[in-house]
Amino acid sequence: MGVVDRLRGKRDAAPAKDDIAARSRALVVRQNEYGYDPFGLSRDHVKNAARVMRWIYRYYFRAQAYGIENIPPSGRVLFIANHSGQLPFDGLVIGGAVFLEPPQPRLVRSMVEHFVGTVPFASYFFSRLGQVTGTPENCRRLLQEDEAILVFPEGARGISKPFSKRYQLADFGLGFMRLALENRTPIVPVAVIGAEEQAPAINLRSIAKLVGAPSFPVVPYPPFVPLVPLPTKYRLYFGEAMHFTGDPDDDDEALDEKARAVKHRIQSMIHLGLRERKHVFW
Amino acid sequence: MSSGSDAGAAPKKIVITGIAGRLGRVVARRLHRDPRYSLVGLDRRPFPGRPKDVEHHQVDLRSKKARDVFRSGEIAALVHLGVMHDPRSTPAELYSWNVGGTSRLLDYCQTYGVPKVVLLSSANVYGPRPDNPQFLTEDAPLLAAQRFPQMRDLVEVDHLASTFFWKARAVETVILRPVHILGTVHNAPSNYLRLDPIPMLLGFDPMVQLIHELDVAEAISAALAPGARGIYNVVGPGEVPLSVVIKELGRRTVPIPHPLAKPLYWAAWRLGLSGYPVAEFDFIRYVCMVDGHRAERELNIRPRHSLRETIRAVDEPSDV
Repeated sequence: MGVVDRLRGKRDAAPAKDDIAARSRALVVRQNEYGYDPFGLSRDHVKNAARVMRWIYRYYFRAQAYGIENIPPSGRVLFIANHSGQLPFDGLVIGGAVFLEPPQPRLVRSMVEHFVGTVPFASYFFSRLGQVTGTPENCRRLLQEDEAILVFPEGARGISKPFSKRYQLADFGLGFMRLALENRTPIVPVAVIGAEEQAPAINLRSIAKLVGAPSFPVVPYPPFVPLVPLPTKYRLYFGEAMHFTGDPDDDDEALDEKARAVKHRIQSMIHLGLRERKHVFW
Repeated sequence: MSSGSDAGAAPKKIVITGIAGRLGRVVARRLHRDPRYSLVGLDRRPFPGRPKDVEHHQVDLRSKKARDVFRSGEIAALVHLGVMHDPRSTPAELYSWNVGGTSRLLDYCQTYGVPKVVLLSSANVYGPRPDNPQFLTEDAPLLAAQRFPQMRDLVEVDHLASTFFWKARAVETVILRPVHILGTVHNAPSNYLRLDPIPMLLGFDPMVQLIHELDVAEAISAALAPGARGIYNVVGPGEVPLSVVIKELGRRTVPIPHPLAKPLYWAAWRLGLSGYPVAEFDFIRYVCMVDGHRAERELNIRPRHSLRETIRAVDEPSDV
C-alpha cells in the first residue's frame, strides 16, 4: 500500500527541523494588525508553546513519524486519527509532527470539547494556539479557509477506553465525513501507536455514574488517576490522502460506508505499526 | 418607492426614535448630510443643539402624539434606535417601553403605510456561550435571554421585528445586529472600557468584535436604500482578544476569579458603587461573535475605521 515510508525526505527540509522561530514564521496565519487571526490564534503564543511541544515530542515521547510526505504542504485537509490514552497527548504529538517534520510547517487545528470554554485559562490558552470549539460551523469555516484540521471521530469513547480494549477502534462518528464531502476535503488517516500505554487504565463505571462523568479511569500506580502520562514511545503513521465524493446529506448508511473505509485504513495502519514495534518504551 | 430619483424630488421624511441619545445624534448627523432625507426626531428627551431643519417631537413612544407623527402619512422610513438599555430602570418599565413601544411603532408603520423600517438590534441577542461557534450567522437562535433575563426585552424586540418582517411584506424591514458599538456613546461596552481599572475575569480573555459608532451610522444609511430588507449582522474591522483592547487603551485591569466576580459586583451594584451590571459578565467570559458577510454582500456594508481607530474612539472627547 505504500503507507509506511520510513523517514523519507528528512534532510531537504526548508526551515531546519527544530528551528522553532523559523518554523513559526513560516506558518501561514491570517492575522490582523494586532497579530491575531479570527479564531484567536497568535503566532507568538504558538512559538512559545511550540518550544514546550518540541520537548515533549522529541524527548518525552521520543516520537517517530512515518509518511511525512503524505502531509499536504498547503490546502484544506482533515487528519483523522485514533484517540486513546485518557489524556489528549495524541493530539499534541500529531500537532507536533505536522509542525516539526515536513518542509513546510503547518498548524493543526483541533476541535476542542465545549466545556473547555468554561475552564479558566484553558478557555483562551487553546484558542491562542489555534484550537477551536468543536462545532460543525467552525470546522466548515476553517476548511473553507484551507486550514488543516484534526478530528478524532471516536471522540470521548476513544480516549477513555480501558486498557483491555487498546488499539481497537471504537465507533466512528459521521460528522467528519459529512464535512469532508461538503467541502471536498482530502482525508489523511493517521495511526497513533504508543498513546494507549501512556495510561493503562481501567474504567470504574460505578464511580463514573456516581459523579456523573462519562468515565472514571484508574491507573495501577500513584496517584492512581491518570494525570501524568508514562513516557512511552510514540509512533505516528500518516497514510496517503483519501478522496471521497458524494452527497453530504446522504443517509447515515451511505456515509457510514465511507467512514468505515477510513476506519479500516487506520486499523490496518495500527496493525502494521504494532507489528513493527519492538517495545512499548523504545 | 421612488427609486433612482436624485435631487429635485422633495426629501423623504425619516423618523428617528432615540434621536437625543448619543448614538441617535451620531446617526442623525450622518443622515442629515444626505439631501435625500429630512429628519423627524422622536424622543422623550429634549434634543439640544439640533439643526433647525430637524423636526423634533419630545413625546413618549407609547403616547398618542407619537402616533400623530405617523398619521400624516408622509413618513418614508422609521429608524428605531429608541430601545432602552438603562439597567437602572425597573423591569416593568423597560418591558413596557421596549416591547410595548416597539410593537406600537410597527403597528403605525403598517397602518399608515411607512414603506421602510430599520431596527437597530444587537449581536448580543445571540448570547455569549461557551459552545458558540466562533461566528454566528443570522439564522442562529437568539439565546441571550436564557442566561440573563435582563436581555429578554432586547431579544423580544428583535423577535417582534422579525415577525413584522414576515407579516408586513409591503414594508421593507431591516434588522441590524451590530457588534459592540464603541465611540462617544454611553452603552455597556464603551462604559466598561472607560473604567480604570477594568475588571476582567481571571483566566478568561474572549475574542471580541467592535464597531465604530460612525460605521454603525453608515450601516443604517445603507439599510435605508430602497430594496434593502432582511436581517443582517454588522461587524467591525476584525476580532481581537479583550485584553488587547484594554492594552491599546492603556488601562489597568483587575483580574477577578469568576466565582467571586458576580457576588462582588452585585453587591457593588446594589450599593451604587459600580455601574456595571452583573449580567454582562458573560460577555467578558465567553465568545459572542457574528459573521457579517451577508451585510457586506447584500448591503455593501464595510467598516471604514480600523481596529485601532475603533478602540481609541472610546476615549475621544464627545463633541455633542
